[in-house]
Amino acid sequence: MTFELFVFYFFAAIMVFAAARVITAKNPVHAALFLVLTFFTCAGIWLLLEAEFLAITLVLVYVGAVMVLFLFVVMMLDVNVVPLREGFVAYLPVGILVGLIMLLEMVFLLTQKYFRAEQFPVPARAPADAMGNTESLGRLLYSEYLFQFEIAAIILLVAIVAAIALTMRRRPHTKYQKPAQQIDVRKQDRLRIVKMPAEKRTS
Amino acid sequence: MDALILTITTLLKIVLVLVPLILCVAYLTLAERKVIGSMQVRVGPNRVGFKGLGQPFADVFKLLFKEVIVPTNASRFLFLTAPILSLAPALAAWAVIPFADGWQLADINAGLLYVLAMTSLGVYGVIIAGWASNSKYAFLGAMRSAAQIVAYEIAMGFALIGVLMMAGSLNLGDIVRAQAGGLFSWYLFPLLPLAVVYFISGVAETNRAPFDVAEGESEIVAGFHVDYSGFGFALFFLAEYANMIMIAALASIMFLGGWLSPIDGVGDGIHWFLLKTAAMLFMFLWLRATFPRYRYDQIMRLGWKVFIPVTIVWIAVIGFAIYFEVGPWFSTVRSGGI
Repeated sequence: MTFELFVFYFFAAIMVFAAARVITAKNPVHAALFLVLTFFTCAGIWLLLEAEFLAITLVLVYVGAVMVLFLFVVMMLDVNVVPLREGFVAYLPVGILVGLIMLLEMVFLLTQKYFRAEQFPVPARAPADAMGNTESLGRLLYSEYLFQFEIAAIILLVAIVAAIALTMRRRPHTKYQKPAQQIDVRKQDRLRIVKMPAEKRTS
Repeated sequence: MDALILTITTLLKIVLVLVPLILCVAYLTLAERKVIGSMQVRVGPNRVGFKGLGQPFADVFKLLFKEVIVPTNASRFLFLTAPILSLAPALAAWAVIPFADGWQLADINAGLLYVLAMTSLGVYGVIIAGWASNSKYAFLGAMRSAAQIVAYEIAMGFALIGVLMMAGSLNLGDIVRAQAGGLFSWYLFPLLPLAVVYFISGVAETNRAPFDVAEGESEIVAGFHVDYSGFGFALFFLAEYANMIMIAALASIMFLGGWLSPIDGVGDGIHWFLLKTAAMLFMFLWLRATFPRYRYDQIMRLGWKVFIPVTIVWIAVIGFAIYFEVGPWFSTVRSGGI
């Protein structure tokens, strides 16, 4: 077994274990942390595939930002685990049915001749001095796929605006700080120096 | 056999980076106390060893011999993993830092992205520590830290995009080489707003004063590490200082020309890198001795409403300047040849 294969199996084993624990862990915070572990090992496997941009972006965006916010919410929720498990038996048949359909679809797709392993020979390793993954992706995105890229950007922008518009509400009693006004304050506006004659001590 | 030799030399190199780093962390704690001491007209620690030089070791041994206490109802495994989770990314990020021309552990193309990814992982130590301690104070500290780090990471990432546009590379070594040509070709000058935003965001990312609301000893006693004792606490301490040195080293690579000397081609080398990093670290300590702690809502306002707009505007400015080849800095930027 080559070292590369060993690394692959190492990451893959952790990833499958962690993914299984995401849906079996009783505590939602533990489940979220296992999801983090899944993402991280997945990034490791992508690095083996020489997809370093995707791998690092997965860690940067999903592990470093999205899952932090996710954990933030999950930790704040006081989830009582027992009621969540109540309907387990009742929903089991539907769950099994959906799972079976998904499994069948996957088996159907993967056994077609277009997706067999023979159709996908081992890709040739890029030479060490070749253009990096990041650079080649960037060149493609900003030249050939510029239009699609910009459409995606606009969709994201609309989503941001919509998300902010949905959650923004002015509450009448909230007090806002206005730093511009605070800085504008001058000594004359706030301070009044009063001259008083000295008084004799009465004792 | 080659693989074995490669592994051994790599391990030796890792030791060569980490041992001085940990010594630096130890003496940074002493430097901090001495610097803040003299800024407040005190002496600082001067009892252990010559002029207090043994103080860091006294601290380490004290913490090592203390009992590690796990609070009742704490999530034991996570409680004990959290300090490691906060230290490991702080050390792993050093793999791509170029100390001098060619002196780096891993010369990878996506170096800058790797550093960003590793620094963004550090927040897990804080969050997990806060949650696993089963304490309200620790939990509040974790919540504050999560919100703060997510906010400032965006400003930090945007500030580095400006560096990318100027250097045309994600490789940290290439970024330094692109700044060759003396003091005035360092990115500090064309990217001054971004450098300021980067450094202040770095202070916020490392939870240092005046942005240390995650600890906030006056409101939430010690925040996320209130329940840690002994070596668990020491690891958090180590991580915080390793992160500080990391941010200082990155600032000197991105904006101060790394190992390059201020006079073109005269005496480049690791001493310049160390000198610049030390100067940035002094800024950290200076900030801590000077400013009172920010209020939480002010931190959020500064991050979202000041820093992010500043960086976005300056990225647009750089874009125009590079496109129209405005001198003296932007006329020589290589366009990447698309």
